[in-house]
Amino acid sequence: MSATTDGVAERHSIGQSMKRKEDPRFIQGRGHYVDDISLPGMLYLALVHSPYAHARINKIDKAPALAVPGVIAVLTGEDLAAHGLSWIPTFHGYDKQMVLCVGKALYQFQEVAGVIATSREAAYDGAEAVEVEYEQLAPVIDPFESKKDGILVREDREAKTNHIYHWEVGDREKTDAALKASEVSISQQIYFQRCHPAPLEPCGVIADMNPATGRLTLYLTSQAPHAHRTVVSLVTGIPEDKIHVISPDLGGGFGNKVPVYAGYVVAAAASVVLGKPVKWIETRTENLTTTGFARDYHMTVDIGAKRDGKITALRVATVADHGAFDAAADPTKYPAGLFGIVTGSYDFPTAFTELDAYFTNKAPGGIAYRCSFRVTEASYAIERGMDVLAKKLAMDPAQLRLKNFVRKDQFPYPSPLGFVYDSGDYQLTLNKALKAIGYDDLRREQAEKRKRGELMGIGISTFTEVVGAGPSKLFDIMGIKMFDSAEIRVHPTGSAILRAGTKSQGQGHETTWAQIAAEELGLDPQNILVEEGDTDTAPYGLGTYASRSTPVAGGAIALAARRIREKARAIAAHLLEAPLDDVEWENYAFHVRGVPESKVTMQECAFAAYTNPAPDSEPGLEATFYYDPPNMTFPHGAYLAVVDLDRETGAVKVRRFLAIDDCGTIINPMIVEGQIHGGLTEGFAIAFMQEIVYDADGNNLATNFTDYLLPTSLETPKWETDKTTTPSPHHPIGAKGVGESPNVGSPAAFVNAVMDALAPLGVTHIDMPLTRDKVWNAIRQGTPAAASG
Amino acid sequence: MKISVTVNGTKYERDVEPRTLLVYFLREALGLTGAHVGCDSSSCGVCTVVLDGERAVKSCTMFAVQADGHAITTVEGLAQGGKLHPLQQAFWDCHGLQCGFCTPGMLMTSYVFLQRNPDPSEAEIRDALSGNLCRCTGYQNIVASVQQAAGVLRAEAAPAAEPVGA
Repeated sequence: MSATTDGVAERHSIGQSMKRKEDPRFIQGRGHYVDDISLPGMLYLALVHSPYAHARINKIDKAPALAVPGVIAVLTGEDLAAHGLSWIPTFHGYDKQMVLCVGKALYQFQEVAGVIATSREAAYDGAEAVEVEYEQLAPVIDPFESKKDGILVREDREAKTNHIYHWEVGDREKTDAALKASEVSISQQIYFQRCHPAPLEPCGVIADMNPATGRLTLYLTSQAPHAHRTVVSLVTGIPEDKIHVISPDLGGGFGNKVPVYAGYVVAAAASVVLGKPVKWIETRTENLTTTGFARDYHMTVDIGAKRDGKITALRVATVADHGAFDAAADPTKYPAGLFGIVTGSYDFPTAFTELDAYFTNKAPGGIAYRCSFRVTEASYAIERGMDVLAKKLAMDPAQLRLKNFVRKDQFPYPSPLGFVYDSGDYQLTLNKALKAIGYDDLRREQAEKRKRGELMGIGISTFTEVVGAGPSKLFDIMGIKMFDSAEIRVHPTGSAILRAGTKSQGQGHETTWAQIAAEELGLDPQNILVEEGDTDTAPYGLGTYASRSTPVAGGAIALAARRIREKARAIAAHLLEAPLDDVEWENYAFHVRGVPESKVTMQECAFAAYTNPAPDSEPGLEATFYYDPPNMTFPHGAYLAVVDLDRETGAVKVRRFLAIDDCGTIINPMIVEGQIHGGLTEGFAIAFMQEIVYDADGNNLATNFTDYLLPTSLETPKWETDKTTTPSPHHPIGAKGVGESPNVGSPAAFVNAVMDALAPLGVTHIDMPLTRDKVWNAIRQGTPAAASG
Repeated sequence: MKISVTVNGTKYERDVEPRTLLVYFLREALGLTGAHVGCDSSSCGVCTVVLDGERAVKSCTMFAVQADGHAITTVEGLAQGGKLHPLQQAFWDCHGLQCGFCTPGMLMTSYVFLQRNPDPSEAEIRDALSGNLCRCTGYQNIVASVQQAAGVLRAEAAPAAEPVGA
């Protein structure tokens, strides 16, 4: 080991920017995504969708569709009911959802029927031909209208109300009293708009029931293949050993590929009935209109403070729009996810948050879009709130944050809303960011520009996330505890195969998992094959979302490797002819203590495990570890955005964006940086362009990429990144997870920057997305001269 | 309809429905699944292939019959003689991909672009790639990849023996 420039010992494998092992197949067009798979005799499924947001279905005529050449069958909700599949439970178990409409359509584009045909084209022709008689009903689109129960979305439920649940945490009385007594306070309404993860690969499945073996194989766009296998078994009654889920390469997921969708169930039902493989690949329109939306939180943020800026209390009240079914994939005990992280990086003496969720005639979802459950909404609320408070106090937003951060010596820090933050150094991270970007100079420049009437803004976001669900005493999905797993088999010649319960969607697990195992075992990461996504071979795990892969499966990999190392130590003792207690692991090999020239490598131990095992020992060299983390991890960061606004057009130019992330131990710096670039770009999109908009009749107005905008290379800013490193004290390698930090932390930095630019005009808040017309209108309305002219 | 299309140097004669899109012809009739389908509206570019060696086209917006008599290059045809094309190598070296779904389209668009503009600025690269969406990388490393490949391709194209003092 040698020391690197920052004083950290250089390690064998962890910390290296190793090129990705999965890339050769992707750059040569040899990726293997669900739609790339074709099976002999495969049929195709196309779905029929409701054109109305709320409508009674009086009649479905299959005959015209069945007359289309190539159409084999048409399935409706009634047909599924015969198999007990017209309704399925939603992931967090409090609600159920229709697979195909039974009686009523509850949102526009809801699936009404499925057409199975011998070709893709025939299936779509058939879907066009299905005749459905609808009786339009008045929809309820706004959750504040829904609250009044004037229109009931869900007649099927016992409770005749659109109210789904009330959730709260914290001390209401103490917080209310503290807010009342505060010298300064703010109350800001903030809407985090409905958006959609929109991975470039849409969702899809090939369901293949083999009538000879009775086995159902599902090639599925699944971020959680084992959970899906269990759900399919529970819902259908097919024994779990007769279900094989294979999640091949995924073209992005971002939370979109966690829930179960109608197309999956209809394809599976059709395959069971017809005994043939059935493929369903959703269209982009289906993706945007029917599958896992995110956010849609209407939040009211109240913060109390002393005149000197010391915060005294936080209260956040939220109205959540869940659409027609309560289909958020949240852990059972957390109906509003981990929204309790809303106190963020700040030491509030008291806090309280409550949330009421409502049904509306909109698509269901509420998924964790590139964030731990509801953490993005919470981070946005507190980071906007702190900026509004800074303006009210006429205090620099950086100074306000530095004054109120949880201090380094307060960790482990019990937050007033029930989390115990593991570690962090918020002052260090923000100070590093301020220095790196030249904050004081930028403020001076801004002051000069303001004198000339130019609109320049500097935005800060210093977020803390809670990720890595999670400890089994608190976290389960449908009763399944949220541990994760790894299995490592070392081959005789010292290469290995590593399987985990997670599923990469682009995060690079084939590389980083190999690096963790290689570090622990002293083997070459190039010769550790990583395999995920096949439920027949991988150990059981809850999958990849909510930044849980490295915090949970990453721990399992390290500990499985340590089990192997312990077994190998006995083999080394046998080879060295030394007592076990005298054999130690140092510099990635075994030595007899005090005899450094004695040396047995892991490779030699592996060979001996198969060719020369110690007497009375078990041959072979493999281990499995199921890791139940003792706590969550709490990555944090300091993000700074500098923007220039065009007064005439409302155009926002992001001049600079600096992200300092602290995700604990970094496994592969190149991959971490790539994740940050990607997450910042998604945060940028949410801040400036993305929203799933419905009109008053419940028509979805963002049904394709010309209306739901993804940022291109042209408008995407150039990102600057750096790090601080505060390892997690409880994680086996000190890692915290990073893939979601930039998406969680950046929206507030962008919005704070634009609001900072608009501050001289008296504008305090605009809801995202900050489109050009919204900004332009704010400039017009906020400028006295313009208003009078 | 009978069509004759040369794909990656091999001539194929096939009978296709007139409405068959080129991308499905490539993927399903020829089994070349490198070009993907991501948006159905020619917004995302994951289906991009090269027509007659010089035009990047979105194969979800072109009928297979329109390719009759033409030559198509797909990502599967980029590597030659077992050696990665400099663009492929650069995407690997510079971490220009994550999930890999947009990568074939990015590579094919860049392939044509660098033929037209062998020494592009960063702004020119960003402009050229603006019809290809990526959800993972934030484009920064894709731009770096194209820059690296441009340098390699220029060096390869340069005369073997540079005149002294050049």
